Amino acid sequence: MAVLVVADHDNASLKDNTHKTVTAALALSGDVDVLVAGQGVAAVAAEAAKIAGVRKVLTAESDLLGKQVAEAVASCITPLMSGYDAVLIPATSAGKNFAPRIAALLDVAPISEIIEVVGPATFVRPIYAGNALETVESGDAKKVITVRATAFKAAGDGGSAAIEAVDPGPGAPKTRFLSDELVKSDRPELAGAKIVVSGGRAMGSAEEFHRVIEPLADKLGAAVGASRAAVDAGYAPNDYQVGQTGKVVAPQLYIAVGISGAIQHLAGMKDSKVIVAINKDADAPIFQVADYGLVADYKSAVPDLMAALTDAGH
Amino acid sequence: MKILVPVKRVIDYNVKARVKSDQTGVDLANVKMSMNPFCEIAVEEAVRLKEKGVAEEIIVVSIGPVQAQETIRTALAMGGDRGILVQTDADPEPLQVAKLLKAVAEAEGPGLILMGKQAIDGDNNAVGQMLSALLGWPQATFASKIEIDGAVARVTREVDGGLQTLELDLPAVITADLRLNEPRYASLPNIMKAKKKTIDIKSADDFGGLSGGHLKVLKVTEPAKRVAGVKVETAAELVSKLKTEAGVI
Repeated sequence: MAVLVVADHDNASLKDNTHKTVTAALALSGDVDVLVAGQGVAAVAAEAAKIAGVRKVLTAESDLLGKQVAEAVASCITPLMSGYDAVLIPATSAGKNFAPRIAALLDVAPISEIIEVVGPATFVRPIYAGNALETVESGDAKKVITVRATAFKAAGDGGSAAIEAVDPGPGAPKTRFLSDELVKSDRPELAGAKIVVSGGRAMGSAEEFHRVIEPLADKLGAAVGASRAAVDAGYAPNDYQVGQTGKVVAPQLYIAVGISGAIQHLAGMKDSKVIVAINKDADAPIFQVADYGLVADYKSAVPDLMAALTDAGH
Repeated sequence: MKILVPVKRVIDYNVKARVKSDQTGVDLANVKMSMNPFCEIAVEEAVRLKEKGVAEEIIVVSIGPVQAQETIRTALAMGGDRGILVQTDADPEPLQVAKLLKAVAEAEGPGLILMGKQAIDGDNNAVGQMLSALLGWPQATFASKIEIDGAVARVTREVDGGLQTLELDLPAVITADLRLNEPRYASLPNIMKAKKKTIDIKSADDFGGLSGGHLKVLKVTEPAKRVAGVKVETAAELVSKLKTEAGVI
């Protein structure tokens, strides 16, 4: 059995999600190749070749692959699947966009966001916003799987796989890329951050969200997250959203500020190692999952916390 | 232009799903059911496109049990023109749903299929992408802004790290993300009017039948529960515990 892992990258560097997806792939097979589909990806491919356990790195390059346009990525990967029994794709917004397209072209059932490999055809995945776990067996000869990377440990380095270019495919004749508006940030990426500081609807405005949450995050070298309520209210951009309909995170430390803890938010952060909740409502559901709860108004608690961190040498 | 909007009847998003004790699934008996929230956003967007004069007709389709008529009726009260129920008591997989919707699309000939990015029960986030692939149409998932300009759609998408804008030749499949719009509440007169709108009841066999399933659900279990920890009195105590007890800062 041979497995293809599709690398998560931004054309400049390889993302940790790739290493974690390789771990899931190695649970299925010893023959794991990594595909780096993008534009100008030589450096990314070189990084991927170093992942321990990787047999071969494939590169495919075109403009549309560089923008991760679903039709282009699917048209590149689908023909490659003649040589593989499964393709594992990190469940990022890009991966979720193109994976089902590959499955449809192969006439197989995609398996979304697995968190465990039970056997060669059996996987566990969350359903109902993480309130239930489904163990599912695939009857397909070829499997298209997206992987919730936070559920797997990252594969280490130490490999030296060969790198080989493959056909980028016919592209996307009916789709044109117009523009990107990517937020440049010095903060770590939400999905892979070791510490996440999230704000909720209690912030009351976008200005307050910036004023309160961001300095605390920067003090801790943390990524910034938000509840769906805060995103809905326009206090934070959509890609900050932590929850079943946003990003699923599992950092070492998750600090929820002014977040009540709706089911759908808990689904996105309950696998964090340590959870801290700051909320003035002692009955907020967030306290039921928090390791440390501070019942206080964030308006006083966050400045106090900043001061205490300074005193502790942060 | 016709817009086809597939909608799904799911457990209401405010209700906590409970796993059945025999591990065969989630208990849906006597549970409040509603339209999937992302489908609601798709319906709203279709209605706004009609109000702008971009679309002439909105066809709402649902695949599900007889009660899914209520879901279609809700969409008609929001501004949909007519409905199609592909009635089945099976719980079809995304691939099966995509194949049925493909047949519906071929029968109706829409210029645009607008649907939710995922249903909050199975959380697959797959049908839109699969439908687009099966039809050979372009796709734009996770839309936060849609502009129809003659024979093309310009769609701004929510991606990791920001936004991406694509231009698609129509017909196309677009899936709605959270911030595309805020769905309206249907007014009482519109709810009354919706009762007179047509819903065609069809079977899967009318659209090529339900193809064989590829997945077998072995069991459905409850996730491990997290236990509540301790309450701290001050921020200083919190920092001290995070440093010495938890060792995470």
